[in-house]
Amino acid sequence: MSNLVEVRNLKIEAKTDSGRLVEIIKGISLDIADGEIVALIGESGSGKTTVALSLMGYARPGCRITGGEINVNGKNMAALSEKERARLRGTDIAYVPQSAAASFNPSSTIMEQVIEVTRIHKLMPPERAQKRAVELFRALSLPDPEGIGARYPHQVSGGQLQRLSAAMALISDPKLVIFDEPTTALDVTTQIDVLKAFKSVMRAGGVAGVYVSHDLAVVAQIADRIVVLKGGEVQETGTTAAILSAAQHPYTRELLAAFEPKPRQARADADAGTKQLLRIDNVTAGYGAVRADGLPLIRAVDSVSLVVEKGRNLGVIGESGCGKSTLARVIAGIHPAAAGDIVFDGKELQRAARKRSQDQLREMQIVFQYADTALNPAKPVEDIISRPLAFYHRLDRQARSKRVDELLDMVRLPRTLRYRHPSELSGGQKQRVNFARALAAAPKLIICDEITSALDTVVASAVIDLLKELQRELGLSYIFISHDLSVVEAICDEIMVMYNGERVEQITPDKLKAPTHPYSKLLFSSVPKLDPTWLDGLVRDAELVSQYGHR
Amino acid sequence: MTMARAASSRRSLLGHSYNLVGVVASLVILAWTLVAIFAPYIIPHPIGDIIDDDYFGPMRQGLWLGSDYLGRDMLSRVLMGARYTVGISLAAVSIACFSGVVLGMIAAVTGGWLDTCLSRFLDAMNSIPSKLFGLVVVAAVGSSIPVLILTLAVIYIPGAYRFARALAVNINTMDFITVARVRGESTVYLIGSEILPNIIRPVLADFGLRFVFIVLLLSGLSFLGLGLQPPLADWGALVRENIGGLPFAAPAVIVPSLAIASLTISVNLLIDNLPQKIRDRDA
Repeated sequence: MSNLVEVRNLKIEAKTDSGRLVEIIKGISLDIADGEIVALIGESGSGKTTVALSLMGYARPGCRITGGEINVNGKNMAALSEKERARLRGTDIAYVPQSAAASFNPSSTIMEQVIEVTRIHKLMPPERAQKRAVELFRALSLPDPEGIGARYPHQVSGGQLQRLSAAMALISDPKLVIFDEPTTALDVTTQIDVLKAFKSVMRAGGVAGVYVSHDLAVVAQIADRIVVLKGGEVQETGTTAAILSAAQHPYTRELLAAFEPKPRQARADADAGTKQLLRIDNVTAGYGAVRADGLPLIRAVDSVSLVVEKGRNLGVIGESGCGKSTLARVIAGIHPAAAGDIVFDGKELQRAARKRSQDQLREMQIVFQYADTALNPAKPVEDIISRPLAFYHRLDRQARSKRVDELLDMVRLPRTLRYRHPSELSGGQKQRVNFARALAAAPKLIICDEITSALDTVVASAVIDLLKELQRELGLSYIFISHDLSVVEAICDEIMVMYNGERVEQITPDKLKAPTHPYSKLLFSSVPKLDPTWLDGLVRDAELVSQYGHR
Repeated sequence: MTMARAASSRRSLLGHSYNLVGVVASLVILAWTLVAIFAPYIIPHPIGDIIDDDYFGPMRQGLWLGSDYLGRDMLSRVLMGARYTVGISLAAVSIACFSGVVLGMIAAVTGGWLDTCLSRFLDAMNSIPSKLFGLVVVAAVGSSIPVLILTLAVIYIPGAYRFARALAVNINTMDFITVARVRGESTVYLIGSEILPNIIRPVLADFGLRFVFIVLLLSGLSFLGLGLQPPLADWGALVRENIGGLPFAAPAVIVPSLAIASLTISVNLLIDNLPQKIRDRDA
């Protein structure tokens, strides 16, 4: 046996609640050599996490490994007893979960949790384990490596927590580490630090890794080889360079194509771009106690002004916590502003939604990031879409039904979907229903709050294309809020960069290569590129990073 | 292993899967409901008639469940007792859950001072021991069926309110509620159409559980002599009347106890084994 991991013809079955068996992994084979990092890439539902977990001999509740061999370090994980598997987990094989924030116990210190593995498996005395942990903290370039262990999880940032969970995985000197989308929840500026830390530690220790992700650009930075999965089958395997330069399989090409910039052609009709649809002046909003000057204690949005012209789109970009979502809620009146004016279609708007007229509410719709929570799970799609029709347009049952069909056509969903409940739809389909509901109101402006960030690359780019098309047909305007520069670039006429509640810069996509504000420079340079040498070659201005980065 | 067994004992029908315990429990409940409805037509003797020469008579032909402490037919009295126990409890639990759930959802959606006032007031109600409250009310205004129903309902409103409010607060933070709010929807639409469908299953489970509590409390009050007054008798009152038969192992005291147990346990089991909707559409 030459490879560290040899998976042969792995099959995993899941049981549905009617007792029917579904094969979710249909005979996968893959190898991982010592010290090699292999990326599993694919859309959600492709089985990438299921395969990664099976390397620990683990199948999620309701799933069962039904066939094949999973040889890790000479032992067949599929055939071992649960007790023997438990002995290998944490020692030979370690796991770094997607959301570190959800995986740490909030009630004990970081150090206790990092060295817990060594205690469970009696690998080394606690003093040595702590010393080793501090070494790892240093190697992962965490601030204050000596003292960070004494803190509690809520006292460190998301990026730090993700690196700490890597330290937790590496403390027992495993032969294989499984990373399950570890940077998906992080900002681009933070993601870079985490990726760099992972890469250097893995390389220094000669540890093999499995990196599960749907982000091809991230994977390109860290993986030696890429395995592309779809529908529980391996579509394509190859070295990172080979996959990026000469992809064979159509699905891989689709993934790559989603990265190609699709610059938006400037609108030809000049007169459409002259009328202001929405103008906000010096709007301030925030949370906490209201102080003597009428402003809240914590200002999430601080004197921001912006203008959206008819038929044109404004992008708002910034890291999490910069106030961009609060800005969306302020405009929609969900979170009333503390100061400032909002002028919509020539009329001054009330700050709180409940004081606005029904027509004003109808003309400005907001679409939320998570379609899962934005659609009522107890109602069929039909009811969800037809409510605005009944509420705003007072259509009767027949007219509503006809309009629902039209709206479903508009967002490219099959008409038969109208009888389904949201839980029976895929992520992309849910987001389209979410959008169809906003369209049902016949609005003039749609505020899109991170609507593509919960979606896979390929699905997201399809949704963006749909948005563009609808804009051409219906003459809508969008305010597009995102942390993903490529998405904003693809659809917006102007881009506003926000940092710490303030507007730092407003630029047009063609000037994107030359931002003037230092924060914009840092943000734009942090977006991963498909080039595998990008991360190693990236030189960032140390002063910028210390000023704006959250380490 | 346990999962496989649980799955194999489930059957499916009309897009829902059932299991055996749930089916048996619902049959028991159905049987008692039918008895409660049709009791006046099926009882062999009027409940007040003394037909046995002996008291605490054993089971025998014609007196299928023996006789009580006055020599009345026990079968008739238990069948009629079902009417009062099930009827009063059902009325009380319906009032309690309806008002509690509606108030709870309104408090969750409105928030602010209304939520605070309602919650503190009902917390205060909750702090009064339920049996004591029943004792005081019955002692003050006397015992009649409407008084019993209202007392029992009032005792269980705070619990239903708390439960519904806790569920509704969670749903209220969801984005689809925010969407409905910025659409300009009224509170009535929000609670009836957006929140209620999402909490209806746990609310129904709570309804069943509260029904059981009310049956037990009603039986307890009747046992203390504060419930239904003679010659009417619910199951709790039947146990009390015939408690003297305990040394003789008279069926007159055992049967109403079993009736209470069978109804409450069945409701509990049904709640735990409600039919589940099958989401797998290809099956």
